[in-house]
Amino acid sequence: MAKERKVPALIDNPMSFCAGCGHGIVIRLVAECIEELNQQDNIIFPIGVGCSSLLGGGMVADRLHCPHGRAASVATGMKRVTPDTTIITYQGDGDAYNIGISESLNAAYRNENITVITINNTNFGMTGGQMSWTSLPDQKTTTSPKGRDSGATGLPFRFPEMVAGQFDVAYAARGTVTSPKNVNKLKKYIKNGLEAQINGEGYSIIEVLSPCPTNWGLNPVKAMEQIEEQLIPYYPLGVFKNRKEKQDA
Amino acid sequence: MESINLKSERCKQCELCFAHCPSDAISFSNELNKAGFNFACVDEEKCIRCGICYTMCPDGVYAIAINPQAKGEQ
Ligand SMILES: Cc1ncc(C[n+]2csc(CCOP(=O)(O)OP(=O)(O)O)c2C)c(N)n1
Ligand code: SF4
Ligand code: SF4
Ligand code: SF4
Ligand SMILES: [Mg+2]
Repeated sequence: MAKERKVPALIDNPMSFCAGCGHGIVIRLVAECIEELNQQDNIIFPIGVGCSSLLGGGMVADRLHCPHGRAASVATGMKRVTPDTTIITYQGDGDAYNIGISESLNAAYRNENITVITINNTNFGMTGGQMSWTSLPDQKTTTSPKGRDSGATGLPFRFPEMVAGQFDVAYAARGTVTSPKNVNKLKKYIKNGLEAQINGEGYSIIEVLSPCPTNWGLNPVKAMEQIEEQLIPYYPLGVFKNRKEKQDA
Repeated sequence: MESINLKSERCKQCELCFAHCPSDAISFSNELNKAGFNFACVDEEKCIRCGICYTMCPDGVYAIAINPQAKGEQ
């Protein structure tokens, strides 16, 4: 029996991402979860700087374009002032992990009761595909044309695993959008993150391995294959910190 | 029967729906939409209304409606 499928009203507008960009799929999943949890009139999005900012063009909801990298701090303020509002940051890897690594880590360290969604496409998409801290070793980008030299620039790090292992956070997971199965799994992760916040359990992070076909120089279908073949081996999918209520159940 | 509806003007011809459709029901138009893409089209006879195209489309092209008459949609 087929299910009804309809893009949530919250984001039912044309968006200006490139063809096959993963951002569009993730945004739809976030909106679906918001509707299912009946939060559509109770949200604010602190949005990062990057292609993530294009979310603002299609979404009908309260939002703030934050100073670059600072969305987790802005979210902290929003949540502390309006604790009953659901606060969801929407950031890219460059925003959350390069420019804003301090703010991102400190919010997790304090176990702020916010939900962080980070779109990891292993580059600075919006500005032309520069290397980010999550670019893979040897990855060719516009600022590492011969491939990323990890000896000189460091090794890409795994943020969800880092905060799950070191800090007292509520929920940490990594998903991707490469197949219907993975998209459905990612939706469960996002829903868990939002439920954790609504229940007052604390900080939740969902990182998404997402294609940037334009800067990777691949067509959208091949870009998805690249995630399967090259990114997932370095960035495993799964839940790294599960919610307490789930563990006890 | 459920109906499958497309907002063709949003299609960017990324082919993610096409790559994952289990029924080989998706093809691309010869004409261009306003954005300049050959947009996705569904063969309603082949389509099993599984919703996979909805799941994979980054641009909100697809909707599947149940009992559309009762809901006043087409
Ligand atoms: C203070 C400041 N520094 C640098 C920039 C240029 N800039 C715009 S977006 C961006 C990086 C975006 O990368 P990411 O967060 O990974 O988002 P993506 O576009 O890949 O989704 C940078 C460095 C800026 N706008 N403001
Ligand atoms: S540049 Fe990359 S991340 Fe930005 S919209 Fe295009 S494909 Fe998406
Ligand atoms: S609903 Fe399923 S069968 Fe029909 S076009 Fe979409 S993916 Fe193909
Ligand atoms: S997934 Fe959406 S945008 Fe991409 S070709 Fe199919 S209908 Fe068009
Ligand atoms: Mg990026």
